[in-house]
Amino acid sequence: MSLHPDLTQLIFGRLTWHEILPEPIVVGTFIVVALGGLALLAVITYFKLWGYLWREWFTSIDHKKIGVMYIILGLVMLLRGFSDAIMMRAQQAISFGHNVGYLPPDHYDQIFTAHGVIMIFFVAMPLVTGMMNFVMPLQIGARDVAFPFLNNFSFWMTVSGAVLVMMSLFVGEFARTGWLAYPPLSGIVSSPDAGVDYYIWALQIAGVGTLLSGVNLLTTIIKMRAPGMTLMRMPVFTWTALCTNVLIVAAFPVLTVALAMLALDRYAGTNFFTTVLGGNAMMYVNLIWIWGHPEVYILILPAFGIFSEVTATFSQKRLFGYASMVYATVVITVLSYLVWLHHFFTMGSGASVNSFFGITTMIISIPTGAKIFNWLFTMFRGRITFEVPMLWTVGFIVTFAIGGMTGVLLAVPPADFSLHNSLFLIAHFHNVIIGGVLFGLFAGINYWFPKAFGFKLDPFWGKCSFWFWLIGFYFAFMPLYVLGLMGVTRRLSHFDDPSLQIWFELAAFGAFLILLGIFSMLIQFAVSFMRREQLRDKTGDPWNGRTLEWSTSSPPPKYNFAFTPLVHDIDAWWQMKQHRYQRPLGGFRSIHMPKNTGAGIIMAGFATVFGFAMIWYMWPLAIISFVALLATAIGHTFNYQRDYYLPTEEVAQAEASRTELLAHV
Amino acid sequence: MSDTTMTMSGSPEPLKFHVEGEHHVENGTLLGFWLYLMSDCLVFACLFAAYGVLGRDYAGGPSAAQVLELPVVAINTTLLLLSSITYGFAVLEMQQNRSGPMMGWLVITGLLGASFIGLELTEFSHLVSIGAGPQRSAFLSSFFTLVGTHGLHVTCGLIWLVVLMVQVSKKGLIPANKRRLMCLSMFWHFLDVVWVGVFSFVYLMGVLP
Repeated sequence: MSLHPDLTQLIFGRLTWHEILPEPIVVGTFIVVALGGLALLAVITYFKLWGYLWREWFTSIDHKKIGVMYIILGLVMLLRGFSDAIMMRAQQAISFGHNVGYLPPDHYDQIFTAHGVIMIFFVAMPLVTGMMNFVMPLQIGARDVAFPFLNNFSFWMTVSGAVLVMMSLFVGEFARTGWLAYPPLSGIVSSPDAGVDYYIWALQIAGVGTLLSGVNLLTTIIKMRAPGMTLMRMPVFTWTALCTNVLIVAAFPVLTVALAMLALDRYAGTNFFTTVLGGNAMMYVNLIWIWGHPEVYILILPAFGIFSEVTATFSQKRLFGYASMVYATVVITVLSYLVWLHHFFTMGSGASVNSFFGITTMIISIPTGAKIFNWLFTMFRGRITFEVPMLWTVGFIVTFAIGGMTGVLLAVPPADFSLHNSLFLIAHFHNVIIGGVLFGLFAGINYWFPKAFGFKLDPFWGKCSFWFWLIGFYFAFMPLYVLGLMGVTRRLSHFDDPSLQIWFELAAFGAFLILLGIFSMLIQFAVSFMRREQLRDKTGDPWNGRTLEWSTSSPPPKYNFAFTPLVHDIDAWWQMKQHRYQRPLGGFRSIHMPKNTGAGIIMAGFATVFGFAMIWYMWPLAIISFVALLATAIGHTFNYQRDYYLPTEEVAQAEASRTELLAHV
Repeated sequence: MSDTTMTMSGSPEPLKFHVEGEHHVENGTLLGFWLYLMSDCLVFACLFAAYGVLGRDYAGGPSAAQVLELPVVAINTTLLLLSSITYGFAVLEMQQNRSGPMMGWLVITGLLGASFIGLELTEFSHLVSIGAGPQRSAFLSSFFTLVGTHGLHVTCGLIWLVVLMVQVSKKGLIPANKRRLMCLSMFWHFLDVVWVGVFSFVYLMGVLP
């Protein structure tokens, strides 16, 4: 470097050459990722797909495409998060006695932190948001969301956060603090390196996207339902999307503030959570869980919605207890704000406070139980077909019931005192998040895939995936319940007691089965794509569905509905079929549509640069990228030509090709 | 609830299942912006809560009563409350499509807001100069963050105000611009309400013995 050292530091902050690719394992990963990435770029360039991707996907403001992109992001990040998981399982299975395993503690701590952060923020959240984005507007008979541009921007901000987390793998390090980064450990004194800063900026930037998408979808549900669709006629998935977005708007600001205070402590030397000058670390723990508990309901409620749709469809029956399902969802929404302290019963709030939160926690199991019974009664005397989505649903009901019961056990404060921070807790929340959220999302992916792409997913590989996941889950997490009851705590990279090893080996075997499940799913996508002509859905209604999304073609036209539907009943499409509804073949009109724009991806690009600059203390770059971000945002507001009319001929043409397709069924 | 029976016969007129012609969806911008404001309100709620928890943790440093000067804050509060009123006048003019007088009121609003920020910055720099900066104690950390976040919001509002004035002068009072002016109006009044909370909770209660 010939530059003056002061200038180098001004430009590059604390980033130096030896921060890049710091560990041998990471070098290997980097080579694999780099080769894979180069291959992907080469393929895209070779087939001249850049223009197509930019025009049809990256700048698209179509809620269906944005939904699909969210789900792709979630699945890609699932591979990363699962790599972390299987590394931990392998380490714990071998690291006994004299064998220290293959991961140094310093690296191991980054892995469990990254695993948690990625799985919650960049797998579960994008999958849930993508599902709501794709399905909900179709279910309510709308042509798009309320703010189509904002939707695109929200998506790219989520990507931006994911990019920062992935960067931490190769440039510097990730946090070693656990997924919620409790201070004082996450303070500047104990964690001076860039890890926690990656954590803070990735979550803040992705959080902007999540919050805006919450506002957007909430407005969509309130304002854009088809005429006749009263609140109590909304499909249950839309109801759960409504409640989830209420939770997002009401919970994410708390995360923003907690992380902002942590950032101020680290960057500006304030004393919110420090151990000196009046700081109060317990306030962070309270704030983070006031967001964190609603967050788990943000994830599970849409999954409940998916199960409700799937159960009714594959039982060929109206959902049992629609109204009670809605009320149960709303009650869970409210109660989710009254239980946060159960995450730290051991922190010393006293018996009466702990009792209050223990009781509210147990009460949540009542509406949840009501839901389980509603699904069972829907199946009762239904004509059940065990298609793949239904398999996931049945697997969920059994698995989630177990996870729910261990949850009630943990809700008892005296029991929690011995189980707190043990592997029992780890088993519990994986039991409800995998068995609830993930199974629900997989059910949803199998259920709505034909709607999105026009062909069904291959059922054989879908069933393989299901059974590997289900059995793998039990192998991986039931041993952790046992270990937890024996007092083994979480986040350990080494053990002395050899009698524990067999349980960890069982758990590692379970993780291996899950790996097979993930492979099966990837094979399922590939096989389905190759067999797409056999799996083609010409009707638009491959499962004999009940809600409005199945009234459109598969995939739906970009305007969704040539004529806005009129709703008279809960299962609107079912009723239309009962009445032998004929879709109109003429009289089409031009349709008012939003235009694509690149502003979202450009702004998110600046946000990524800004985050990176803040992480490495590159102040001039941070200022430049922030000003650029602001200028792009303001510049975008000067664009008043954001919409156009899709000409009548194009609508007529799209509808005519559907008529032709239907004639060949 | 709608448990209507799905009888095929009996109904004299067949049910219609789609809207003939164009279905106009209500614009959701004002509702969406309102929802955003509520989430922003929660940001302030958390900052107030943090101040509630930490506001007496002086850590041997100065207390609120020692460093906060009510006369300055009284002037500041007056400026901000007045700016809300002048924004209200601007909206009244907007509703009568009189963009000239509206712009006048917007300029006054902006000047009042800018003076508010100027006074606040003076207060902050004074505090820092006497050794009562945000690093001194948890009380001062939470004080600077709460008041500073409000100030940052007002600054954003000022930038937005300038941008909107440019847009109105270029495009006139078209519906899109009116909608934006209404959003900024909500934002501005919201900040006013938050300031009443800051003024009462931080300043008035802070100087109580």
